[in-house]
Amino acid sequence: MGRFVARRLASMVFVLFAVSVITFFIFNVIPNSDPAVRMAGKQPTEQQIEAIREEWGFNDNIFVQYATTMEKLFTGDMVSYFTQLSVTEEIWKGIPRTLSLAIGAAIIWMIFGVALGLYTAMRAGKVSDRLLTVLALVGISMPVFWIGALMNHYLGFELSNTLGFELFPNGGYVPLTDNPAEWAHHLILPWIALSILFIGVYSRVLRGNILETMNEDFVRTARAKGLSERRVLLKHVLRNSMIPIVTLWGLDFAVVIGGGAILTETVFNLQGVGQYAADAIGQLDQPPILAVTMFGAFFVVFFNTIVDIVYAYLDPRIRLEAGDSAS
Amino acid sequence: MLALRRLRRDRAAIVSGGLFLLILLALLAAPLYASEVAHTTPDENHLTDTIQQDGETVNVVGLDGVPIGPTWTGEFFLGADGNGRDNMVRLLYGGRNSLMIGISAALLTTLFGMLLGILSGYLRGWSDTIISRFLDILWAFPVILLGIALGTSLALGGLQLGPINIAGDSLAIPTFVISIVYVPYLARPIRGQVLAMREKEFVEAARAQGMGSWRIMHSEILPNVASTLLVFFPLLVANAILLEAALSFLGAGVQPPDPSWGTMIDEGVQRIVTAPYLAIVPGAMLVLTVMALNVFGDAVRDAIDPRAKIKVDA
Repeated sequence: MGRFVARRLASMVFVLFAVSVITFFIFNVIPNSDPAVRMAGKQPTEQQIEAIREEWGFNDNIFVQYATTMEKLFTGDMVSYFTQLSVTEEIWKGIPRTLSLAIGAAIIWMIFGVALGLYTAMRAGKVSDRLLTVLALVGISMPVFWIGALMNHYLGFELSNTLGFELFPNGGYVPLTDNPAEWAHHLILPWIALSILFIGVYSRVLRGNILETMNEDFVRTARAKGLSERRVLLKHVLRNSMIPIVTLWGLDFAVVIGGGAILTETVFNLQGVGQYAADAIGQLDQPPILAVTMFGAFFVVFFNTIVDIVYAYLDPRIRLEAGDSAS
Repeated sequence: MLALRRLRRDRAAIVSGGLFLLILLALLAAPLYASEVAHTTPDENHLTDTIQQDGETVNVVGLDGVPIGPTWTGEFFLGADGNGRDNMVRLLYGGRNSLMIGISAALLTTLFGMLLGILSGYLRGWSDTIISRFLDILWAFPVILLGIALGTSLALGGLQLGPINIAGDSLAIPTFVISIVYVPYLARPIRGQVLAMREKEFVEAARAQGMGSWRIMHSEILPNVASTLLVFFPLLVANAILLEAALSFLGAGVQPPDPSWGTMIDEGVQRIVTAPYLAIVPGAMLVLTVMALNVFGDAVRDAIDPRAKIKVDA
């Protein structure tokens, strides 16, 4: 186990390094324009551009440029040239908001995804299965920013006007520490909007897995032993069908925190990390986008490593497959 | 051909495929609709124009800035947008851009994914290590962030790749960006398939006959991964269309004044209080198109590999 962890961590360090190089290339090397001009935002003066060129080492060779970029990113002295605020500080401010959105949504989509998948698998071929399968498909095909904007308008705005009180608020965020009830109240619509796609995906994957597992020999054996249908389904079928779902859940959760929630945050004005990057796009304000991209990818890599290690701990076959027979 | 026959018998495939063709036809007819029915172009402003409605003269864009809603007649069938542009005409032209980007990006992804997947799976060794690592790294970026990063850095100044020079506001930029982002999602499964395939007898036989690596990859491996590529293609188009919309919504995709369903939703959301149809209509078209592609993609998979079809009668 120790060797597996060591190897996995070493590979993580390599991937993190490579991710930083690629991000650096995307922003500073690939584009066919002066990086200092792009850094400076929409209407920079000549002095500003010259100052940025100096500051980021754009006059030096590429290795110095890379080192300067990394140094600025990790020491927190990267500033947005549009707002003049520190990028790392702004990202820190957004993290609780993004986490609030991601954690709540992940719980909702797991519960409803599994419930829907289980239900449609048990009703496979029946009318209710067909209807719900179509519904899941609609969910998968719907852009989150579209359904989110409609929910925010009709449920958060129009409905509040009609009722005379806010059944759902029209966007915005209240910190958990200020008022837990209002925190949840403001997050209900974003949680649902973000969950819709994943509920659709998970229920479809789970339905397929369950129907496949039903045909396995060990399920027939369990039935032959005289176990109740309920017990067969929950203890044998569902347990085995859940493995890929749990893997998906870990990956998707990381992606949502690492920037995947950018659209939901923007539509509901949650002011999270993703929205910070989204707002920067309109101003062509590059430092925030660079920082969020890099930190987002870092988080995904880091989280995946943890998931892998936990998996190897739970399932020895994985670490044996990786050639770690010594532990 | 057995697969084609199975596909023809699948009702869901017929309906979804037919729906997609219908949408495609409508989009192709956009110039005809614009000139013959709506008498305008997608970019023409009618800010100060008036039209006759129920015998009354109505401003296309009211004095309070609120555009006219759906008239359900030739001109402004689905109303006007904030600049007094015909919403229906923009919907059709926007769809052309969305689908063009979606299909071209999916073609490029298929090309890149196929090349990288086959090369790394067949050659193994160093090439495999390098390609696989590269795919792992690309895969670590959340799709939307990688799209935004590439989209914004290329929007200014465009892209210069050897002899190819693309302007920053060209539709080729989002196409290129989207095609790159999805490469790992195709290349990885292809690589896995090729790895298993290269140990099969028919490849060994080809090698024993003295066929070179290139010929084996081209005439033995490629035809055998073709069905996988076919299965992935409609799903890739669907995802590419969704990503285009998301990037354009955020301002990192199609650049105004070019319409696309994504930019139209963006403009619509900004006016959602006074003119909600501006957001609803392009989104609904998008959902319909993506859904048709998803259903059709599933049907293609079931037709090509019926074993993948879930058996209901357990």
